[in-house]
Amino acid sequence: MMRERPASEGVGWVPVSIGMTAAIAVASIIVGFGWLPLQQRGEEFRGVWDAICSAAGLVQVSSGTEQVVQADYPTTRIELTPQMLRNPSAQSIGRGATLALRCTMCHGARGLSKADTPNLAGQYPIAIYKQLMDFKSGARASAVMGPLVSDLSDADMRDLAAYYAYLPREAQPASGAPPQIVTSGAPVRGIAPCGSCHGALEVKVGAAWLGGQPSDYLRAQLKAFSSGARRNDIGEQMRNVARAMTAEEIDAASRFYADRP
Amino acid sequence: MPSSRRLILAHLWFAFVGFGAALLLGEWQMYIRSPLHTWISDPEWYYRSVTAHGTTMAYVLPTLVAMGFGYFVTEVALKRPLIGLRWAWLGFALVALGTFVAIIPVALGRASVLYTFYPPLIGDPFYYIGVVLVVVGSWIWVALMGVNMYAWKRQNPGAPVPFAMFATVAGSFLWGWTAVGAALELLFQIIPVALGLRSTIDAGLARVFFSWTLHAIVYFWLMPTYIAYYTIVPRAIGGRLFSDAMGRLAFVLFLVVAMPIGIHHLFQDPQVGAGFKFLQSVFTAIVAVPTLLTVFTICASVEIAGRLRGGKGLLGWLATLPWDNPIMLGTAFSFVMLGFGGAGGLINMSYQLDSTIHNTQWVTGHFHLIFAGAIVIMYFVIAYDIWPHLTGRALDSVRLMRAQLWTWFVGMIVLTFPWHYVGMLGMPRRMAFYDYSDPAIAAQAAWVTMSVIGGAILVLSGALFLIVLVRGQMAARIEPGLYRFSVALREPRTVPAALNGFGLWLGLMVALTIVNYGFPIAHALATPGTGVPAVMVGVGR
Repeated sequence: MMRERPASEGVGWVPVSIGMTAAIAVASIIVGFGWLPLQQRGEEFRGVWDAICSAAGLVQVSSGTEQVVQADYPTTRIELTPQMLRNPSAQSIGRGATLALRCTMCHGARGLSKADTPNLAGQYPIAIYKQLMDFKSGARASAVMGPLVSDLSDADMRDLAAYYAYLPREAQPASGAPPQIVTSGAPVRGIAPCGSCHGALEVKVGAAWLGGQPSDYLRAQLKAFSSGARRNDIGEQMRNVARAMTAEEIDAASRFYADRP
Repeated sequence: MPSSRRLILAHLWFAFVGFGAALLLGEWQMYIRSPLHTWISDPEWYYRSVTAHGTTMAYVLPTLVAMGFGYFVTEVALKRPLIGLRWAWLGFALVALGTFVAIIPVALGRASVLYTFYPPLIGDPFYYIGVVLVVVGSWIWVALMGVNMYAWKRQNPGAPVPFAMFATVAGSFLWGWTAVGAALELLFQIIPVALGLRSTIDAGLARVFFSWTLHAIVYFWLMPTYIAYYTIVPRAIGGRLFSDAMGRLAFVLFLVVAMPIGIHHLFQDPQVGAGFKFLQSVFTAIVAVPTLLTVFTICASVEIAGRLRGGKGLLGWLATLPWDNPIMLGTAFSFVMLGFGGAGGLINMSYQLDSTIHNTQWVTGHFHLIFAGAIVIMYFVIAYDIWPHLTGRALDSVRLMRAQLWTWFVGMIVLTFPWHYVGMLGMPRRMAFYDYSDPAIAAQAAWVTMSVIGGAILVLSGALFLIVLVRGQMAARIEPGLYRFSVALREPRTVPAALNGFGLWLGLMVALTIVNYGFPIAHALATPGTGVPAVMVGVGR
């Protein structure tokens, strides 16, 4: 009959197992936090403690030689979150409708026009709000929009965004099958599918709904991103994408979205 | 026959039906991304499928197999009815409910975030709540395993806990603690954002929490396989277990060193210091100790069987092994895949070597070879071995079983070897679309096609597996006799108290977790400005 041997008999399991585990841990800590960091070339540690802090993942205090690179042009200042501008009040939409009277010349009485300007009816409020903010701060340059938004308050811009988001989109039949650039992008050239942010596949916060936008406008914006004339895309994602796109791809994407409801 | 056989069958059937469905999804994913199919034009369908495949295969299948097999071991090894049968049914109900709660939003395309969650991606809250229900259900099992073992010990003071039970409880305790990381991530980080209570998430901290679970969960998946190696294989092939104490030592070592090593999944993550990456690499390497103990013990046990059957000479015993026995066959396949997968794993766990294959298809190939190969093939073996004792019916489609195990082995090799290779060529993982017309990757097309064929063989094998089980369910009634586990070659007279309980090892496990994870977690919590805006998935379609 088997029996359990009490801990008091034979080798001391408790001290041996704890001792071995601790020895491995301590030896690894000495190597990983002391010896290895000090062997790294190109790291200038001011003593062992500095090396230990680095290995522990503490943020190093900059020695002053490395400056954070600041863009030499105005950049977007707003932070976008998915919950922003959700569920606006009826008053907000109403104020937006009044403010929008001065936009009708280009953007149409109900947010739709044939003037090759963006159709704003049914656009995501976050996208409208961000562009208004960027026009105002100068992050996005426009001789027309700049002066028009200069006197708008933050609340005005939120109201305008709420109003245009509230308007119905243009009802037009769906266009044909999307081109490859919209559904697949071009992975080897680092181009994400247009549809993964701008609709058709998925929508991401801050990206505009492109359906029904004038193709001339879309083409012009892609070219502006490509040349760097427009640079209010946070993280340069649109500039990187547009630079890698061929003229045919720009054309195909612009026409697809223009023909889409 | 165990009195809880309906409970066990419920677990296993639910697991295996889910497995069959998820297997089809896996092959579909392989196929539509391959050069054999034109692009489906919507990557979301692909990610939806990957999420369902991963959630079912990684959470539902192994958890239910471990639970069902654990209840089986409890009754058979302790030779008494399960304590807490009603609680066990509640646990099963929670897992089953959680599965549906999670999979419905996935099917609707509202939670295509993959089973590893990947914050700041945030999907439908019900997906995460479903996963939490699965985990909570499995925690009931963890508690029941402990309760049953300690109740038995109280009734049998001074007697060693039967090895099969000891190993099962080790596996359950490992899971109980390892699931805490993902639970913390879900409850305190992801679910509040998914419910709209917060709009930002510390993705770095979330990844650290998930890494707590992510590697040890692999050892939890492995536990039923290792238990089968030690307690089923030697008996089934007419041999003896080489050493009972070696087995116990291997399982307690898994408990200690399997847990605090997950940061090797974060080698490229900037929020964790290099020192902790090194420290956890060391402990990852030490997992080789219980693994090699097991490989040695099982090879020795199999050699005993070969020699008892008349095998002579250095390798002559190999020829006399019962190769027509599905359990022998499956174990050999499992060992081959464990060997290749383990060798690949050495690359993943090395800080510098990992950088050559990080986030490539190598990684996908690796975990399929280890989990879907070495581990899951033993789930089949376990099912074949215990099925007659659960159904009271004969399971005699032996040719079909052999065909099933052969196809699973061949299919898995054909699937994963090209996967490893294209990974070395730099093919990234988690991509829905590859443009094979581009000369840069055109050469990979043939290898990807090979993987698709491997996947098709696996689908065939999965179907054979379900056919064998269904036929077993409808076969003639038999008296399966007394089920028994392997007996040790030399039955030890005494077992050290340390290898008959878990106090010492659980203490070491928690202490090492604190040493290896305490600072990175505390540092992330204390660092301001680490939140990033959540990216909602599936809202704008």
